[in-house]
Amino acid sequence: MGRKLLLDKAHIEGIRYYDVYRKNGGYAAAEKALKSMSPDLVTEEVKKSGLRGRGGAGFPTGLKWSFLAKPEGVPRYLVCNADESEPGTFKDRYLMEFIPHLLIEGLLISSFALGANRTYIYIRGEYAWIPDILEEAIAEAHKNGWLGKNIQGTGFDLDIYVQRGAGAYICGEETALIESLEGKRGNPRIKPPFPAVKGLWQCPTVVNNVETLAAVVPIINIGGDEYAKYGTGKSTGTKLISACGNLNKPGVYEIDMSISVEEFIYSDEYCGGIPNGKRLKACIPGGSSVPILPANLLLKTAKGEQRMMTYESLNDGGFATGSMMGSGGFIVLDEDQCVVRHTMSLARFYHHESCGQCSPCREGTGWMKKVLLNIENGKGKESDIDLLWDIQRRIEGNTICPLGDAAAWPVAAAIRHFRDEFEWHVRHPEEAVK
Amino acid sequence: MLTTSEKEQIEQEIRQVPVKKAACIEALKIVQQHRRWVSDEGIRDVADILEMSPEEVDSVATFYNLIFRQPVGRHIILLCDSISCYVMGFRDLHRQLVNLLGIQYGQTTPDGRFTLLPNPCLGTCDHAPALMVDQDLYRDLAPDVLENILAKYT
Ligand SMILES: NC(=O)C1=CN([C@@H]2O[C@H](COP(=O)(O)OP(=O)(O)OC[C@H]3O[C@@H](n4cnc5c(N)ncnc54)[C@H](O)[C@@H]3O)[C@@H](O)[C@H]2O)C=CC1
Ligand SMILES: Cc1cc2nc3c(=O)[nH]c(=O)nc-3n(C[C@H](O)[C@H](O)[C@H](O)COP(=O)(O)O)c2cc1C
Ligand code: SF4
Ligand code: FES
Repeated sequence: MGRKLLLDKAHIEGIRYYDVYRKNGGYAAAEKALKSMSPDLVTEEVKKSGLRGRGGAGFPTGLKWSFLAKPEGVPRYLVCNADESEPGTFKDRYLMEFIPHLLIEGLLISSFALGANRTYIYIRGEYAWIPDILEEAIAEAHKNGWLGKNIQGTGFDLDIYVQRGAGAYICGEETALIESLEGKRGNPRIKPPFPAVKGLWQCPTVVNNVETLAAVVPIINIGGDEYAKYGTGKSTGTKLISACGNLNKPGVYEIDMSISVEEFIYSDEYCGGIPNGKRLKACIPGGSSVPILPANLLLKTAKGEQRMMTYESLNDGGFATGSMMGSGGFIVLDEDQCVVRHTMSLARFYHHESCGQCSPCREGTGWMKKVLLNIENGKGKESDIDLLWDIQRRIEGNTICPLGDAAAWPVAAAIRHFRDEFEWHVRHPEEAVK
Repeated sequence: MLTTSEKEQIEQEIRQVPVKKAACIEALKIVQQHRRWVSDEGIRDVADILEMSPEEVDSVATFYNLIFRQPVGRHIILLCDSISCYVMGFRDLHRQLVNLLGIQYGQTTPDGRFTLLPNPCLGTCDHAPALMVDQDLYRDLAPDVLENILAKYT
């Protein structure tokens, strides 16, 4: 059995409620941090743990916290990114829905470490039923003295606000999220300055993913060094993977980052293999923004080594023969799936969600969608494949935020690994439309 | 003109933020809650109370998928058209839904009952394909259950 740190108690009946959560060891980490540790010591433990941001970029959390500017008399903010809109990703929703107090406790400890007295959870509008669950947990925490003024007699004050989005993928990008919290269009800002220096209301702000903030709880409970013993290399701790597509047992799994991709897909402890005896064709291992990999490169790296479920191994070979851990959205395709069609659906998504500030992203995503729709509808030409390649190349690296890259990479990887399918589509238009 | 209750709710939001403008998204949501969609008049009403130009308010309103600048039906259907739902049978679901409703994306049934909209991933991909009607999520869908689901909404 893999060891668990976040979901170890998720199966307990009623764990959503304060009393049950508390009885099962909940708020012990908060008690420890607030009563026996200094804010800097908490940050130090997070640094030692090696925890990397679970929102997708994998930036070391302790390091980000230590970058937070602390000018005298200026408030600092913590913002929890619960915008989770990356197609194939649903781990944050799972955490908030089933163990909301783990997030609230994580927010409390993290706010204490950062010296933030107002903390926001920005949650996507489509998760319509989750804010009520969070508000209820927040009210319970208040009632039991874990939020509000002078928490547990320590003199620390904290209020947590839940802010609902209104339907915009780009508002998951941290600076767009901040703009939206300020009531504006979610247009990403140019970085630097990073939010750690100029964030919400121009004040120093840390934006962290739901899972990142929840992981702070076990880190304080067992200590940073102990946490770092889970996983391998620079992929310390456990990671939530949301698995979907053609799998016998799709769902959210907490993995110790020391298992192989093969074990994750085929073993009964995890996804239980591909239904109906079908063969594995391809996988997008880290949410829709990361490169798709064909089965052979998914299970083994180009060097012939077993591919592991870690940041480093999933990235082995760069984008030529590897992919990324990303947001942990693990999408599996069996032999009957059409890569061209799925690439079209992704291109359409990114075009729709582009905020329109940068022309390479705004125009490029539109062109990619158009060309892919043509190919999908049997109206494509051989030269369209090179055209697609050319468009994606012109987007990458030429935009304000990485949404442009995120739109370009899947198209590039699909052509790189499945060019024959694109060619088949343009050569057999009648069959392709079916 | 804002109704008294709209005005009260918006003023409550204004008190939460450092500058009036910052309540823009919430104010639009409040107006939409009361009127189902935000008309040009709704935009002007929000602009007045927040001391913004109507153009500025409109640029915020049109940015967000879930703020409607056109009349919508009594119930909103958000059909997930992202990759996992595609893998698990979105196309048949979409075909059947369009058949049953007799409308395309972005349209409202003539009786004003439903508006059909595409929506990116609803975050329930392990139970794909999925859709939402108003606040209710439906998962693991097959085309033949759609009729019963729609019947619940009048
Ligand atoms: N979870 C989801 O639903 C989605 C996740 N993503 C992921 O988002 C990733 C891109 O995110 P970005 O925030 O643009 O990446 P980034 O690399 O710019 O930043 C990562 C984090 O580190 C911080 N940071 C980096 N350098 C810093 C410095 N010198 N000082 C202070 N802070 C610093 C940033 O503020 C940010 O919080 C992609 O890799 C993708 O996987 C993308 C779409 C959706
Ligand atoms: C287009 C785009 C969408 C993003 N969406 C999310 C998201 O939904 N949730 C999230 O945590 N991070 C998202 N990110 C990453 C954030 O910008 C940021 O890196 C993250 O919230 C930092 O938290 P972490 O360090 O805990 O990972 C997105 C980035 C981009 C470019
Ligand atoms: S890359 Fe796209 S989404 Fe990001 S700022 Fe530019 S136009 Fe907007
Ligand atoms: S892709 Fe449809 S719910 Fe995620």
